[in-house]
Amino acid sequence: MHGLVNRSVQCFLRDTYGVARWASVAEEAGIDPSGFEALLVYDDALTDAMIDAAARQLGKPRDALLEDVGIYLVGLEPLRRLLRFGGVDYADFLQSLDELPDRVHLAVPDLDMPDLELKATGPGRFTLICGGEHDGFGAVFAGILRAMADDYGALALIEAGGGGGAETVGIELLEAQFATGRRFDLARPEGA
Amino acid sequence: MMDGNPLSDPALLGEADLGRLMPMFLWVAPTGHIRAVGPTLAKLCEGVAIVGLRFLDMFEIRKPQSARSMDEVRLMAGQRLHLGLREPPHTGLRGLVVPLQDGQGMIVNLSFGIAAAEAVRDHALTNADFAPTDLTVELLYLTEVKAAVMEELAALNARLQAAQRAAEEQALTDALTGLANRRALDTALGRVLDAALRGGKDFALLHLDLDFFKAVNDTLGHAAGDLVLTHVAAVLRGATRKQDTVARVGGDEFVMILPGPVDEATITTIARRIIAELEMPVTFEGEPCRISGSIGATLSTLYERPDADRMLSDADTALYVSKRRGRGRCTIYVPGLELPEDKRGAPDRR
Repeated sequence: MHGLVNRSVQCFLRDTYGVARWASVAEEAGIDPSGFEALLVYDDALTDAMIDAAARQLGKPRDALLEDVGIYLVGLEPLRRLLRFGGVDYADFLQSLDELPDRVHLAVPDLDMPDLELKATGPGRFTLICGGEHDGFGAVFAGILRAMADDYGALALIEAGGGGGAETVGIELLEAQFATGRRFDLARPEGA
Repeated sequence: MMDGNPLSDPALLGEADLGRLMPMFLWVAPTGHIRAVGPTLAKLCEGVAIVGLRFLDMFEIRKPQSARSMDEVRLMAGQRLHLGLREPPHTGLRGLVVPLQDGQGMIVNLSFGIAAAEAVRDHALTNADFAPTDLTVELLYLTEVKAAVMEELAALNARLQAAQRAAEEQALTDALTGLANRRALDTALGRVLDAALRGGKDFALLHLDLDFFKAVNDTLGHAAGDLVLTHVAAVLRGATRKQDTVARVGGDEFVMILPGPVDEATITTIARRIIAELEMPVTFEGEPCRISGSIGATLSTLYERPDADRMLSDADTALYVSKRRGRGRCTIYVPGLELPEDKRGAPDRR
């Protein structure tokens, strides 16, 4: 798995549960305590070992943990900004998800994301299908979509696995502009 | 017309639609006055109602050449133009001029050049200011993502470099004394030999073996031995210059390379000073640790073609002679000096 994915989980654990917890997860999973380099690629088994160890130590189901990872990622300003480039409002953003793997490839060519497909299932209802070799992306995207709805100020019901199948996310967009979303300027403020 | 359109004008577009297709268009009359402007371009001119103003008063054409009249502008139709706003912030633009039929003037379509991010910031543009077909927003996305990746790369490089330096240092240093190790000595010796063979630069090679070190270790323990070795390293560092190499090559064996003009008298003086300092005892838990040292030296000037193995072996022979003569002294190799038959290959220097 790409270092960016591994490092995301590492930083999530460290920032949310503290350095000691991360060290303990790393030890259980057989990972060097200094963690992952963002731009190197690691064995897939290491990623699973890390997630399983964290889920066990924190007493959380794996999917709930991964959903929290998704929410955490949107809380990182640079990533939030990159996601906001996807669309002018939440509906537009949802429609841009199919393009996300290609966007990611533009930035980091060796980062393989699952194929994403958004299907309309009814008025304001969608299913996001994450097709890939790795399990767990569905839960991460459920977290991302939930946090991005808040970011855009949209009212939406997000359900991991809600499209039938583990790697799906069910989305029900109730109100596109329910609250004031967070600010997004196309150009980064100077010096930021 | 083939498709049944009776009109010869294919673009029966209203200004609003034209603005949706090309948010940065201008319609310029033959007189040079602006007749209509796209919404994004209007935003760029910050509050100035530019309809009715003269195109060339608002915009400066910089390339392929400047234009002072509309006739000159017309001549550049179809070419890629580089323009800029005459008013601050002088935003740079790219443009294309297309003449219209029947004295209707011309359409000028503009876009941001490579400095799109700056323009977007200066004019507080949003996604909605760009046509959905325009890739400028993707360019901004890429600029931002590239900056993030480059930052990560730079940090990774810094970490790798630091790790490499630490590893190199570790690989070339004796952990206890911080002196060079055998590997570092071989490299340094190779270097001075090259210099000697190429440019006739001379050097001396000194082999030091501590005397009575084993006794210190045996009576006062390894901690005392380590203290002595650290002290020896300090003495050797103090007695040598920056360009010299001091290496610990065995438990209590050291080799020094002293490049520069060498003569027997100088080397003997340096060696005696080292031995005198080694004989000043260091105290370990109240007990003095008494040691001395024997030195064997050889000089590159003794050889026609100096060679590492030969010189190390000759310094070793000279060291053995120092030991035989009663320790605590220095011998400089002279051709013909040889180990006694029974000591060859396994000199006992303890």
